[in-house]
Amino acid sequence: MAISLTVNRKPRTVDVEPDKPLLWVLREDLNMPGTKFGCGAGLCGACTVILNGEAVRSCQTALSDAAGKEIVTIEGVTASPVGAKVVEAWTALDVPQCGYCQAGQIMSATALLTATPKPSADEVTAGMAGNVCRCATYLRIQKAIAEASKAISGAAA
Amino acid sequence: MTAVSVSRRSFLAASLAGGAALTFEAKLAFAAAPGAAEPAMLGVFVSIAPDNTVTILAKNPEIGQGVKTMLPMLIAEELDVAWSQVKIKQADDNADKYGPQFAGGSMTTPLNWLPARQAGAGARAMLVAAAAQQWSVPAASLTTGEGMVKHAASGRSITYAALAPIAAKIAAPDLEKVPLKNPKDFKIVGKPRPGVDTPAIVRGEPLFGIDAHPQGMLYAAMVKCPVISGTLKSFDDAAVRKEKGVLAVVPITDGEIPAGKHNAVAIVGDSWWRVHKAREKLAVQWDTAGFDGYSTEGYAAQAKALLGATPAADLFRAGNADAAMSKAAKVVTADYAYPFLAHATLEPQNCTAVWHPDGKLEFWAPTQDPGTARGDIAKVLGIDPASMTIHMTRIGGGFGRRLMSDFMIQTACIAKALPGRPVKLLYDRTDDLRNDYFRPAGWHRMTAGIDASGALVALKDHFVTFGENGKPMRAAGMLASEFPGPELPDVHYGVSYLKTNVTTGWLRAPTSNAVAFVFQGFLDEVAEAAGTDLPELMRRTLGAGRKFPSSDPDEPVFDTARARGVVDAVCKFASWTGKRSTTPGKGRGFGFYFSHRGYFAEVVDLTVADGQITIDKVWVAGDIGSQVINPLNAEHQMQGAVIDGIAQALVWQPIEQKAGAVTQENFGDFPLIRINQTPGDVAITWVVTDNPPTGLGEPTLPPVIPAIANAIRDATGKRLRSLPLTLA
Repeated sequence: MAISLTVNRKPRTVDVEPDKPLLWVLREDLNMPGTKFGCGAGLCGACTVILNGEAVRSCQTALSDAAGKEIVTIEGVTASPVGAKVVEAWTALDVPQCGYCQAGQIMSATALLTATPKPSADEVTAGMAGNVCRCATYLRIQKAIAEASKAISGAAA
Repeated sequence: MTAVSVSRRSFLAASLAGGAALTFEAKLAFAAAPGAAEPAMLGVFVSIAPDNTVTILAKNPEIGQGVKTMLPMLIAEELDVAWSQVKIKQADDNADKYGPQFAGGSMTTPLNWLPARQAGAGARAMLVAAAAQQWSVPAASLTTGEGMVKHAASGRSITYAALAPIAAKIAAPDLEKVPLKNPKDFKIVGKPRPGVDTPAIVRGEPLFGIDAHPQGMLYAAMVKCPVISGTLKSFDDAAVRKEKGVLAVVPITDGEIPAGKHNAVAIVGDSWWRVHKAREKLAVQWDTAGFDGYSTEGYAAQAKALLGATPAADLFRAGNADAAMSKAAKVVTADYAYPFLAHATLEPQNCTAVWHPDGKLEFWAPTQDPGTARGDIAKVLGIDPASMTIHMTRIGGGFGRRLMSDFMIQTACIAKALPGRPVKLLYDRTDDLRNDYFRPAGWHRMTAGIDASGALVALKDHFVTFGENGKPMRAAGMLASEFPGPELPDVHYGVSYLKTNVTTGWLRAPTSNAVAFVFQGFLDEVAEAAGTDLPELMRRTLGAGRKFPSSDPDEPVFDTARARGVVDAVCKFASWTGKRSTTPGKGRGFGFYFSHRGYFAEVVDLTVADGQITIDKVWVAGDIGSQVINPLNAEHQMQGAVIDGIAQALVWQPIEQKAGAVTQENFGDFPLIRINQTPGDVAITWVVTDNPPTGLGEPTLPPVIPAIANAIRDATGKRLRSLPLTLA
């Protein structure tokens, strides 16, 4: 049975098993490989997408649970002003090393700053603790979130 | 480091087979005269388009260490173009054409510092010669800059693009003699340059091996024997074949390198999610006889017994260590240990390949060592190495795991069974954790003799490691010349070997990541017993500037003056006083290590509260020679390596075995370091010396591990001698 959802503001319909994880629907059926597979168990955050405003692990989200929902992936994150500032800060500070986790990091940071535009250090830690970076780019991730937060506040002022 | 250099030797041998190892194979081989609208090739790395855009090929695998940016920086610098003119393209694997193309041993910088610059300078020389010809002026009267040749006397200037078609027909200069810039004139090198792929990464563009998608591609998941080295006995795929999307089941059973270590059954179909799910329907029997007796407890018990016995073999002997110990004013002894570790690259092992109808194999591979993989695959499949094309993708973490060819060989075997259809093999996380080439565990019984003046005069190490036939397994060795052996009069390093069924391999700063912990942790104990601190004991032991050759001829000389330089620099940087902590729970520790041609000394400040260890700050002093090529990436590599070392010291769970099988399953029982465990700061200072620049991927990692152990001693009074460091 075909399932409809919205991905990066575009309506999409997919006719695959309803229990197929959103991660694999994005990668295999919608040709959007920016969202990454890391653990398949919701432990690493590489597959993070934003679903109805919340950061979720797409490897743990069945397609049926995404039906009718609004999904934002790395390919569409700059459409939101917060996402655009996050990507800008990530680029300016050259955050990636290998880069494999960074789509997930950017999605989590965007969700964090959308909900909490001026997060405390503890809020950054809490918001980002679900995303691992095997290259350990954490110091630059912290800086980029601070930069993006400043840019968002500046733009809003 | 013995095993590391074996690998390096094979790398060099491989590249020597194609010509000289230390020069680019380039020799500026020229394409046929290009048409006006076509980019003109100047050598094998540089092409110049009519709009004066310069495209530079990046020849080495990019694993996040920054070489895709760094190598073209060297070429662009000597070519004398503006960095904004440069576009960078990843080269395919072709060592005959490009020279060595591996990412290992922090060797990209030392192997390419001169040849890459020479390739750029050679292309520049040809552009200058072309202008001299056009204008009938001496080449010496011309200057270059930002992709232009200029003649000051006549005020004329011309773009490289206009000259390139003519330059491409001019004979290449002798690259060994082509003049190079004085480093003080560098405009690109030494300036912070963001990673060339960063804009594509933050947009989620397909760059990685897992993103490869040739048309008509199928997906493969594998069922692997839970016991490494076990072999496939039988399987029944009738139920699997009925599963939705499953198209084929392919046993991978013969000719693996190493033989029999990677038997598997691959399930191939139209979706990885489907074939992965279909694995539960496969009935399979493995033959694990002879391999299912190995366990973590077993290794520990055997090691304990061996440590108390005489070493099976000598690694290094000078003077008479036993006699010196009996005369020493003080003798210190302690046992150190560290576990097996997995690489856990965040991008799981994967590879895509197609067996074309003409018998040629084409790969899209996240490999750190395509040349070795090419040879291994040729051997296993009995095909001509030249019949393969290997496209190198961006790599989601290497750390040494992807120096191995297993995942490419498996993919080649599957592709061969399905000619004409591209197929992507992808490991799941458990496959990846359990089928690694693990950093081997090890045990050391250390003994030191201190004389009445407080000097270290004698040293013994009984090293229990994994090996066969009197030789260590891959990455399980230690240099006979390990500091401070050759520096002391009476020394005995002995070694005994355990057997294991698992495959072992190089993990970032291999052998060093373990040996640094043991030796610098133990020397901190020696310093304490001698009534001093570790930096001061280091100064006394290093003595005046001396050079000690390595026991491995492929490894560099150890220069005690450079070691002393970073010891002093980090002490100054961190305001080290040598005084013990007087604040309960606060501690400070020091560690030094020389590896991968880099000299590093580090100081750690930490806090212990409620049994939890928090790293407050790490201070790093490094000497990698005369030039930091890309400071932006250098800082990143060093901070990453320090945090990776913190993970090995404090976070990572050991890889454990029961009945021959690795028990870890995912990041739940093999956790990676997270943002909440990151130190407040990793501060860096450089000691610039007149030595050729060397690599940065690895040498920052080892010293932080003993520095943490030594800081915990300072904070709590407890000596922790086993990794990971845990306060009971």
